[in-house]
Formats: sequence, structure tokens, C-alpha cells
Amino acid sequence: MMIMFALLGVSITLGGIGLSVFFWSLRTGQYDDVEGAANRILFDD
Amino acid sequence: MTATALAPEAAVRPRVVANICTHCGLPAACGDRFCCAGCATAFEVIGQLGFGRYYLDRLLDPARRAPRPDDQPRTDLVRHVIADGKGRWELTVAVDGLQCGACVWLIESVLAREPHLLIGRINMTSRRLRLVWQGAASDALMFSGRVEQLGYRLVPFEMGALAAARETTSRNLLRALAVSGFAAGNVMFLALGTWMGARQGMGPATVTLLHFLSALIALPAIAYSGRVFFSSAFSALRRGRTNMDVPVSIGVILVAGLSLWQTVIGGDQTYFESATMLLFFLLAGRVMDHRARGQARAAAEDLLSLRGADVGVLSDDGSIRPRPQHEVISGDLIVAGMGERIGADGVVISGESMLDASLVTGESLPRRATPGTHVFAGTLNLGSALTLRVTEAGAGTLLAECVRMIEAAEARRGRFVVLADRIARAYAPVVHLCALATFLFWYFAAHASFATSLLSATAVLIITCPCALALAVPAVQLIATGRLFGAGVLLKSATALERVAEVTLVCFDKTGTLTEPELRLDAINDPEALDIAAGMAAVSRHPLARALCAAAGPVGVSPGVIEHPGEGLSCGSTRLGSARFCGLPSSDGAGAEMWLTRPGRPPVQFSFTEHVRADARDTIDRLRRMGLEIRLLSGDRAHAVSRIATTLGIETFEAECLPARKVARIAEWTAGGAHVFMVGDGLNDGPALGAASVSASPSSAADVSKNVADMIYQGRNLAPVAQVIATARRARGVMRENIALALCYNALFVPAAIAGFVTPWLAAAAMSGSSLLVVANSARLGRKIAL
Repeated sequence: MMIMFALLGVSITLGGIGLSVFFWSLRTGQYDDVEGAANRILFDD
Repeated sequence: MTATALAPEAAVRPRVVANICTHCGLPAACGDRFCCAGCATAFEVIGQLGFGRYYLDRLLDPARRAPRPDDQPRTDLVRHVIADGKGRWELTVAVDGLQCGACVWLIESVLAREPHLLIGRINMTSRRLRLVWQGAASDALMFSGRVEQLGYRLVPFEMGALAAARETTSRNLLRALAVSGFAAGNVMFLALGTWMGARQGMGPATVTLLHFLSALIALPAIAYSGRVFFSSAFSALRRGRTNMDVPVSIGVILVAGLSLWQTVIGGDQTYFESATMLLFFLLAGRVMDHRARGQARAAAEDLLSLRGADVGVLSDDGSIRPRPQHEVISGDLIVAGMGERIGADGVVISGESMLDASLVTGESLPRRATPGTHVFAGTLNLGSALTLRVTEAGAGTLLAECVRMIEAAEARRGRFVVLADRIARAYAPVVHLCALATFLFWYFAAHASFATSLLSATAVLIITCPCALALAVPAVQLIATGRLFGAGVLLKSATALERVAEVTLVCFDKTGTLTEPELRLDAINDPEALDIAAGMAAVSRHPLARALCAAAGPVGVSPGVIEHPGEGLSCGSTRLGSARFCGLPSSDGAGAEMWLTRPGRPPVQFSFTEHVRADARDTIDRLRRMGLEIRLLSGDRAHAVSRIATTLGIETFEAECLPARKVARIAEWTAGGAHVFMVGDGLNDGPALGAASVSASPSSAADVSKNVADMIYQGRNLAPVAQVIATARRARGVMRENIALALCYNALFVPAAIAGFVTPWLAAAAMSGSSLLVVANSARLGRKIAL
């Protein structure tokens, strides 16, 4: 039974990490210029 | 034998394939690498900085403005600089002429050489350049000069309050979606545990623990993600109305409260997974709705922000200062160069030129302007520079009058109620009555316990929660607007798609809508004269000269051509220009024309007429096959209008219509039961565009018209008009299918819910099933629309 509690904790933590990463990406404007990001990899600075 | 050894007449004869300018890609004079001095400088600058690979990496997009440096009066950018209070300055401008990733790289690399510049970054999606620097505000001119030297044009861009609000809403919606997605996933995973556990003998203590854990995740998530719906429902109720958010909010709050109560007393009827999943689906619909409109509207706003070049005002010391249009006052002297749009109504003081008023009055042929001629704002100066005294500015202009008429027409149009809201108005009371009846039946008639009665009523609410209904319309709209966006149609109004589907009558404007915005050369049976004339015309930027070159195809530029602004071109004793310039008696002036005179040869006349767009006939036939009536209302003269109407087979047309007349006609048809779709481009069409039940403008239209129109279509074709109607009709069909599917699904499960057979897992399955069904049905539309 202990394994269930461990897994519950692990899964919710992982989900929480995913959620906070998404919030971070939204806050730092990662989706503001999708087209530009695709083109920038073709040019080195 | 070299070209210089030949007489001018002979030198123009050989047909040489014209060069392409190395910098901007536009045709250049034969033998030259560049089309103009500006391009040569740009090429040199790029070479010196070591960015030559730009030319290898770039991909010129013919649909966009070529990167050719121009000598238009520059906008006063310093005015738009914002100070951040810590000695730093910031400026955001729209970049016109951005072609591809290489342009972004070039501009950013060039700006990176500026020592004071802290940030110089281009957002390629929105085509905006953001500059942050230390030093003086006027450094903005230095930076913009560097970029404009390369051939790009920087236009001050001011993000409207609306656009800023839209961005915030979009972010909040995405956040809410993420939170509800996280909660739905985890709660569902816990719920699955309890459902499975029930069969394998899971202890009640464990079940309760899992329920508490679910509540711990679900309740904060509902409070956070549900705000979108709660606030909308609350404001609707306060105004005594109801919308789709009212049943959603009541349902979610009731279900969450009931589930919490069940958790506390250790019951097993918790619906946390349904509640969070419901919010997730509804928010997905919201995000889709927002996306569908946001992208096209932002693009339309970009088109509009590229307008409004400053007006060149002549100051007392004789210098020309750029000033924004709204600051020009009556009595100012303004200068309008060749190829510029005149910024205010006024009277010509000096200079002689030809004016193209097609965007203002709908007249297709250019008119002559001499001192004393009255001109309207928005008129294009085709010839040499004119000095004007402003007679009216601001509220007194023709433009302002049109805007007033537009406002009046729009006020009369009335509010269109979208399909989803119409459904919600009927749906919400039915659902709530149904739930109430269920409770009353179980409690009073069947003498069940209060808890059981309440659970059955809640099950009804969950099953009928308009999750699929809320997805039915946005999913279709997202696909349809995305398809139209790809085809170059930008829908500005949220309800445009649904209004287009109802259209029964299409009314066109002539000039610039059915016809091409530029004049074209009539057929001429003297190829030699055409070659000579085209060789001379190649140096000029006059629209008629351009039309001549376009008709002749690639030709070498003849050397030694002198341009006499507003009159014509000369090359030795050969002359090309107006009849007066060529020393010929003036003709009747029925159309635009040019003459070529050579010593010892009879003069040759080139006449120009407007041509209908290549696919106008096909489009009109297609519209007619779709069962639509076609009308033509034009401000142009009767013979020009009837000629075009006959060419296109339009029987009902009216010429010399003033804006008020067009509005009156549309009002008449609307009163007769028609849903009018107005397509027009001129300032004079603005009021009519506002009066029609839905309207479209080509991207070459006057700013006012683009502002009023519900959609803007790009490109040289008329076909988008038919495509929009076809797409809108199919979209409406799929929307109705979706709604019918959702309602059928509900009708199927509601009896089970009333009877008390619905358990939490069945509710969750039914709800997600109906949502997926609706989304899958909408996806079919993507394949059904062949553009």
C-alpha cells in the first residue's frame, strides 16, 4: 500500500513541475514570436 | 559598336532583358546592377559591415514591399519614444518590407553594432522592432536611419488599448487552461483509482483519502480557472440577462459544493473529475474562440498601423517639417510630392499635376490639378510636387464627414446575436427547470432522502452542462478563420462569419474593387513605338509610365532621358507625355492617354483604361450560382460603369452614386428583406460598408474603409469574396450539426440522469464523449473546405 502513496506524491509533483514550467514560459514570452524563433536557428549571431 | 556611339533613337531599339536590382530585386535599368542610388548605397553598406551573406540567405517575397530605400518624408519617430525614468529610452515600431528570417538577422546585426543600444530585437510574428537604448531620445533617428538605409520602412506603431487588453486576456485564458488541465488530469487519475478500487475491495478509508486529495487539487483549480465564467455570468445576471456562462457557473459551483459535502461525510458520489474536466473543455473552447479572432484581427490592425505617413508642412523658413495628420490646421501650407497621398483637404497654390481620386470619389481616371483646384484628403498625387493651402482639417474634411455617416449607418445596423447566445437563451432555463423538477420529483413524489434527490438533480446538471455546446461554435470558427487567414482573408469582426452565411445580395463598388487599382495600356499595333516609349518610360515612376512599361515587358532603359515632372519625358527630340507637352492639340480628354512624337514620324497615341480584375467574371458567375443577387453601385461616370457592368454581366447597376445614395439603396434592400454584403474600397464606400449587414474591403482600400469593413482580403483577386461566403455557409452547416449532435447526446443521457442511474464515471464518460464528438465533427470542416 505504501507504494500507492509514494506514486501519488510523485505524480502530483511531476504534474506540478510541468505546470510551473508552462507558467514560466508564458511569463517570459516564449510564445510571443513563434515564427521568429523558427527562423533564428538558421542564422548564427 | 557601343551604345554611346548610337543616336538616342537607335539606342532604345534593341530589346534587352532588363536586369534585376541586386539589392531590392525590382527591375533595374539595363547594364546597371541597381535600380537606384539608394539600393547601391544599401548594398555598399551591407558589404562594408561584412553582412554580404544576407543576399545568399534571403528569400524575397513578391507579396511584400521590396526593400528599396525611398525618399518619402520620414515620420517623426522621436515623438513616439518612451522614457522609462532610469535614463533608458524605448521605441516600438512596425517594420514594413520584412521579407524573411535573413532580414531579421540583417537588421538585428546592423543594430548590434550600435554601442548605446541595449535591446534591438524584431518580433517576426508581429513584424515589430523593439529598441531600448541609453543616451538621448533623438538617437532613435540614428537607429531608424541605419535600418531605413537598408530599404526597410519603420512606421510608428501604437498598440491600442484594445489590443493590449486582448493580449492580457489571451494569457489569462491560457493560464486558466493549464491549471484546469493539470487538475483534470490528476483528479481523473485519482478517480480512476477509486472506481477500480471499488471492484477490488479498496477500504473506505482509502477511498475517502483519495477523495480528499481530489478536493485538495480540484477546489483551488476550480476557483482559479472558473473565474473566467463566474465573472461573465455574474455581470450578465446583474444586467438581467443570461448567457452560456450562467448554467456553466451554477453547474460547476453546485457540483463542487456537493462533492465536497460527499467527501466530508465519507460518501462516494463525488464529481470532482467531471467538474475539472468540464472547465478544461470549456476553457479549450474559449481559447479557440480567442485564437480564431486574435490572429486575423492583429494582422488587420497591422495593415492599418502602416498608414498615416506624416504630412509635410512648409514652415516659414522654407523647410519642410513632417507633422502628424491630426495636427495640421486650416491655413497651413503643405507639400505633396509625387506618389504621395495628400494629407488634408485644400486648394492648390502652386504646381501642376495629375491627381488620382479613385479612393475618394470612385472616379477611375486621373484629373488635372492646377492652382485653384480643390483637392480632398486621400487623393494620390501622380505628377510633380504640389503646394496646397489647407482649407479644412480635422472635423471639417470630407473624411470626417464620411466618418460621421459611417457612425450613423452602423448605429442603425442593430446588434447581431450570435448562434451560441441564441441557443444559450433558450437552453439555460430548460436545463435549470429540468434539474429542479428532478429534485422535486425525487423528494416529494418518490419520497427519497434529501441527499439522493440532490444527487439526481446534480447528475442532470452535469449531463446537460453545455460543454459540447460551448465547443460547437468556437471549434468551427477556429478552423474556418484559420483557413480564410491562409487564403488572405482577415476577419476583423467576431460575428462576421455567421453574418456572411446569411447573405442574400452582394453589392460591389466598381473602381478598385471590380477593377484593378491601376490603369492598363490598351492594345497597340505599333510594337516599335511601344518599345521606344517603354525605354523612355522606364526612368519614370509616374503610374502611366509604369503601366506602359508593364505592357511592353522587359526593355532596356534608353540613356539621356530627361523627366519634366507633370508633363512628360524627352530624349533628344523624341518626346513622350501629354498632348500639350508633345505640341499636339488637346484631345477630348475622355480617358488617360500619352503621346509619343518623333521627328519625321506621325505621333502615336497610347490610351489607358481600367480593366476588370482577372477573375471578376468567374467570381460573379460563381456568386450567382450560389443563389445570390449581384448589384453594382459606383461613384464613377455612367459610361464607365455601364461598360464594366456589361463586361461582367451585371444587370442592376447605378452610376454617380454619392455616399448617402449608396447608404439609402442598401437600406432599401435591407428593408425589402435582403441581407446585403457590401464590397468596396473607397472612402466614398465607407458609409455603405457600415450600413450593409456585412462588408469586405481589399487591402488596397482607403484606411477608413478598411476600418469599417468586417473583413479585409489581400491579393489581386476577387475570388476571396466568393470563398468567404462558401466557407461561411459550410461553417454554419457544421455549427448546426455540432449543436444538434450535442443536444441529441444530452437528450439521450438526461432520462438516465433523472432516473438516478448516472454514476460519477458515467457522467465523466458522457461529458468527454460528447465534447470529443463535436471536436471531431468540426475537424471534418478542415477537409470539406477546398480553397
